[in-house]
Amino acid sequence: MPTVAMTVNAKSVSGEVETRTLLVEFVRDQLRLTGTHVGCDTSQCGACVVHVDGRAVKSCTMLAVQCDGASVTTIEGLAANGELHPMQAAFREHHGLQCGFCTPGMIMSAVDIVNRLGVPSEETIREELEGNICRCTGYHNIVKAIGAGARVMNGGT
Amino acid sequence: MTATGIGAAVPRKEDKRFITGAGHYTDDMNRPGQAYAYFVRSPYAHAWVKGIDARSALAVDGVLSVLTGENLAADSIGGLPAGWAITSKDGSPMVTPPHPCLAQGKVRYVGDPVAVVIAETQKAARDGGDALSVDYEILDAVTETGQAQTASVRVHDEAPRNTAFEWEIGDKAATDAAFAAAKHVTTIDIVNNRLVPNAIEPRAALGEFDPGTDSFTLYTTSQNPHVARLVMSAFLNIAPEHKLRVIAPDVGGGFGSKIYVYPEETVCVWASRKVGRPVKWTAERSESFLSDAHGRDHITHAELALDERGKFLGFRVKTVANLGGYASLFATGVPTYLYATLLSGQYDIPAIHAEVDAVYTNTTPVDAYRGAGRPEATFVIERIVEVAAREMGVDPATLRKRNFVKKFPHQTPVIMLYDAGDYGASLAKAMELIDYKGFAKRRRKSAKNGKLRGIGFSTYIEACGIAPSQAVGSLGAGVGLWESAEVRVNPTGNVEVLTGSHSHGQGHETTFAQLVSDRLGIPIDQVEIVHGDTDKVQFGMGTYGSRSGAVGMSAIDRALDKVIDKAKKVASHLMEADPGDIEFKEGSFTVAGTDKSMAWAEVSLNAYTAHGISTAELEPGLKEGAFYDPTNFTFPAGCHICEVEIDEDTGVTEIVDYVAVDDFGTVINPMIVEGQVHGGVAQGVGQALIENAVYDESGQLVSGSYMDYGMPRADDLPSFRLGFTMTECPSNPLGIKGCGEAGAIAAPAAVINAITDALGHEDISMPATPQKVWQAVRSHRFAEAAE
Ligand code: FES
Ligand code: FES
Repeated sequence: MPTVAMTVNAKSVSGEVETRTLLVEFVRDQLRLTGTHVGCDTSQCGACVVHVDGRAVKSCTMLAVQCDGASVTTIEGLAANGELHPMQAAFREHHGLQCGFCTPGMIMSAVDIVNRLGVPSEETIREELEGNICRCTGYHNIVKAIGAGARVMNGGT
Repeated sequence: MTATGIGAAVPRKEDKRFITGAGHYTDDMNRPGQAYAYFVRSPYAHAWVKGIDARSALAVDGVLSVLTGENLAADSIGGLPAGWAITSKDGSPMVTPPHPCLAQGKVRYVGDPVAVVIAETQKAARDGGDALSVDYEILDAVTETGQAQTASVRVHDEAPRNTAFEWEIGDKAATDAAFAAAKHVTTIDIVNNRLVPNAIEPRAALGEFDPGTDSFTLYTTSQNPHVARLVMSAFLNIAPEHKLRVIAPDVGGGFGSKIYVYPEETVCVWASRKVGRPVKWTAERSESFLSDAHGRDHITHAELALDERGKFLGFRVKTVANLGGYASLFATGVPTYLYATLLSGQYDIPAIHAEVDAVYTNTTPVDAYRGAGRPEATFVIERIVEVAAREMGVDPATLRKRNFVKKFPHQTPVIMLYDAGDYGASLAKAMELIDYKGFAKRRRKSAKNGKLRGIGFSTYIEACGIAPSQAVGSLGAGVGLWESAEVRVNPTGNVEVLTGSHSHGQGHETTFAQLVSDRLGIPIDQVEIVHGDTDKVQFGMGTYGSRSGAVGMSAIDRALDKVIDKAKKVASHLMEADPGDIEFKEGSFTVAGTDKSMAWAEVSLNAYTAHGISTAELEPGLKEGAFYDPTNFTFPAGCHICEVEIDEDTGVTEIVDYVAVDDFGTVINPMIVEGQVHGGVAQGVGQALIENAVYDESGQLVSGSYMDYGMPRADDLPSFRLGFTMTECPSNPLGIKGCGEAGAIAAPAAVINAITDALGHEDISMPATPQKVWQAVRSHRFAEAAE
């Protein structure tokens, strides 16, 4: 079995994987980072979104071996020094989550959206969330939270 | 109101773990030495299983065992029960044939589990499943609700005409008389489309057997772990209750689909003993589509009799409800007592007669899904009222007002006793919020832009907190529907509340703590809510039917009464006063008329040191419990108004405004309650516009993935505008009515009423997809042109 080595949440990790092992399986089953979730088997739901080399990726659509040498951030690595990331804080403040299952993927996608687009409009946020499904919130408060998180990430309050 | 008490929009306590990835869902759990289960499912809708050859599966590297229905039968593991007994109108009991956890003889829907492969890894289990050879003799299938009773296919030998029961409610003769006297009769034929609940966390189970104590532990995605344990003990013969611990940790949404006991968790527990290893299973999404109980799936013919002024005289309803391949746990109660009892809506209707036939088909079993029966009832009554208003040329709001129940309590002809409400108030507020007066102008403006604009009402009512137990028992329910709570005060004054309710998104850890904070005058971070573990909480009925506020919190409130009572007695010993003279307010005990006082934590500590209390009169400690059985259902109600714009060229419906005004009684945390409305409305809009579980003729689920099933995405939905009115609920101490299902109940009728208003005709079914709407625009245009 091939060995992969990568940086996950600023730590060097390595492990033996089958070639068919998905990044999400490596992260969840081998690294025991269970914050990244699996909600589907067709790459639609976005519960599994992580950042690979700074870009949002559905970790169910990448093989672990493809990430050899990459730098991966999961939801567990988003808060720095015990301080919530502004997007995490915004989700809490605006009740952008209910059962919490879609939430890690939503937050990782949201951070990526803001990294790419600054402070997007409500309409843009809704379009950008095409790849993230939430069954609980009706998206109303997720959209609100992302708007608020975007403002804070861009230096506002 | 305090900052964290009743009525405050407190941020949720549970969020911290969810936003940092530190939640503990069932699939996050792992036990040493665990093996993995893979379920081999029928690829056919209807077939005889002629034989299973496990040799090639067992030859796969890592495969430990292959188990089938025969093994279950050999171990006397029973079938899954139907928990609500319904009697047909001819007096005969319902027909609920056996439902084995793994097929025995026949398979009855695509996805029906046939065998389980247990292996060292998930991948090996799957490879083993792929290698298993099953010999099927394929039979014809019936999937359509409307064809079940006339089809030549027999799903169960025990059920002629594929019928489980033919049930009725109400007064037929009085209803017939009302129709004879009517000046106008409105008739509709509608389909309530089949839905897939789609909680984003797939179902999962991890069973473990401890041979030293002969006991089992099951981690599972359940909305009601105690009921799961009870069913597994009493009906399935898995283990006695005291030898089975069921833990439902963080659960990623349920919407009804995680109420029931399913084959998979049962098999995981049983198999853990057989293979001597913990056994874990996590559904793939395609399995969820096939195996989670579906929702709705009714076809209905309804007739409303009115007098010349539009006063409702009588209502006649005939519904066929699809149960799927087997009767799931609460499936038979849904299209009967949770459906037909709500057909009176918010209206004073003197006579109602409803008939419901429940049928078996070769489809996934159908059971309660958010709203459970009440959305179906609301869709029938709110559609027919809107159509009647249009036919009679009366404004739909006016017709509703003319017929609203205005005096309470109100006895409907279909069991329910409405206890409190002000339907006119929520209607008026919603009309104001949406600017109903300005609609005509907005419609003209849309027309100028080539768009069809429509507005639709839904003045819904629901019955929540199903109760009291005696009453539901007399209607056939297999369980009581009370709730339990235990309040444990620790010596240092912080509090653990053990509740039989289960939170899977509803935010109980916050709202329940708010109640405790409010009543004991301690900060909410001093309160821990414990739920979802049968070893910790003695018993509970779980969370569904919007019952946790009205019933679960009332139980906590009762237990708090007892705790405060006891604490006052402790304080009276400590301050040498009469217990009757002790006042408790904002966390401190005072002796009336003196300046003697003690803080909450001082009293709790002394309750445990017991140095200052005479224990001959008063036991040490501070812990109380309560079992609360409400006196009646609760009746949340309200008015939702939807405004749509239809693009004639593309058939795309845009929801341009959506207003929801709800009366939920007392609201503990408005932020959480609003979130419940958002989520419910989204599911209702999803049903109205895009969601549909479609079977082809051979019984394959065509919409079996997120690529094929219309799951609402963020850009399918608008932001919602919410308002509240309030009448207190008299049947529980907190005045709570419940809020979890209102959105899903109200929304479909509001959306379809808006679309049909825009179209100018009633000819559209759910989901009103762009294709259907486009056709509906065209067909009538051609029809008009031809006239
Ligand atoms: S699990 Fe990756 S998109 Fe659903
Ligand atoms: S919060 Fe439950 S799926 Fe989004």
